[in-house]
Amino acid sequence: MASLPREPETHERDLTEPRDAAYWAKPVARLNVARVPPGAISLNVAGRRVAGPVQGFGQMWLKTYRLRLEGSSATPAHVVSVWKEHLAHYQPKANHFFPTVPGVAPGEVVLINAVVEGMPVLTGVLVAYADDESFTLMTPEGHPESGWVTFSAYREEAGCVIAQVQSIARANDPVYEFGFRFLGGARQQERIWTEVLGALAAELGVRGQVMLEKACLDTRFQWSEAKNIWQNAMIRSVLYMSVSRLRWPGVLKLAHVAVVGSGRGQDVGASVACDPATDRRA
Amino acid sequence: MAPATTMATRRLNETTGVIDIKGDLTSACEAALMDAYVRAGGERLRRIVLNFGALEYMNSGGIGLLVTLLVRAHRQNQRLLVYGLSEHYREIFELTRLDDAIGIYNSETEAAAAAYA
Repeated sequence: MASLPREPETHERDLTEPRDAAYWAKPVARLNVARVPPGAISLNVAGRRVAGPVQGFGQMWLKTYRLRLEGSSATPAHVVSVWKEHLAHYQPKANHFFPTVPGVAPGEVVLINAVVEGMPVLTGVLVAYADDESFTLMTPEGHPESGWVTFSAYREEAGCVIAQVQSIARANDPVYEFGFRFLGGARQQERIWTEVLGALAAELGVRGQVMLEKACLDTRFQWSEAKNIWQNAMIRSVLYMSVSRLRWPGVLKLAHVAVVGSGRGQDVGASVACDPATDRRA
Repeated sequence: MAPATTMATRRLNETTGVIDIKGDLTSACEAALMDAYVRAGGERLRRIVLNFGALEYMNSGGIGLLVTLLVRAHRQNQRLLVYGLSEHYREIFELTRLDDAIGIYNSETEAAAAAYA
C-alpha cells in the first residue's frame, strides 16, 4: 500500500523563467548514459538522438489508457509521485526498466531491457518532461516506437482521480511496423500499459478497469524514414547477443555480458543478473 | 479549472491564417486550438502561422497538441510555421524535434516571407 497523499511539491524558480522551465529536459544532440544501473545492459541508447512522432516511419497512433482510481483518496500529485517511484516495478515480467539514481527527472535516461515475442530489445527512453502531475518519456532512434508516452493523473469533474497513459508515436521503421500490425506487437504494447495501470491501482489499494481509446492520427507511411531500420534496436540486440555467444532467452540470466561494439551509437554493455522469467524487477 | 488561454485568429491574406496563442498550452486546450484552426480559415488555408509571443506555459500535453495540429495541416497539404518563441520554447521544439517539421521564425514578417518562399 502506498503512503498517504502529500501536497504537490513546490519548485523555487527564477521569476523571469517560464513556469515550466524546471520540468523540461534540455535538448541533447546525442543521448548519454553516464552510469549503467546494476543489472542493466546499455545498448542502442548512448550516442543516439531522440526521435519523436515526426521522425518515425509507420502510422501515427494516439493511444489513451485511463483507469479511474475509484475509492482512492490519493491526489493526482500523489499518484504521479508513487508512479515515478515505482515505474520499474510496475512493468510486466519481460519489460525491465532501469531508471538512474535520480529517478524520473527531466534529462534522465531510463534503460529498457525487454523481451518482445522472444526477441531481446535493449533500448531506453529519455525523461523529456516531469512535473508533479505528469511525466513524459521520449524514445531514441532505433526504439520500436518513435514518439513519447505521457503518464499523468488528474481529477475529473465528479471528483474521482484518473490515472492515464497516453502515447503518441509511430513505428520507427518498416520492420517494427510489420511487427506491430501483423505479429501482435500493438496488442503486446497495449497489454503492457494496461498492466502498468493495474499495478499502479493495486499499489494505491484500488482496482479498476482500464479504458483504451485509440486513434490513427496519420495513416500514411513516411517512406523517407524507412532508413531508420539501420538503427533497429531489436536487430542490433539480437546481433549483440549472438556476438556475445549467448542465446537470447537465457542471455539476461547471465552474470556478465561482454562489451561489444565501439564508436558512436554502440555504448557500453554491462552486467549482472536479471531474469525476465522470474520477476519484474531488476 | 479552465486553462488561462486565449487563441485569437486573423488572416494575413487569402491563404495564410495566424493563431495568436496567449497563456498556457496544455492538453486541455485541444478544443480551443482546433476551433482556432477552423476560425483562422481551416482547410481553405495553405499556411498556418502560430504566434507564440505570449505563451506562458507549455507541458508535454501542449506539445502533443502541436503534433496533432501538424498532422492535420499535412493532411491538407498545409504548411505550419511558428514565430515568437522564447529561447526556452525553442529548446523544447529542438528537444522534441518538432523543429524538423515546423518552420521557426523570429517574427511574423519573417514567417510570412518564408511562407511564400
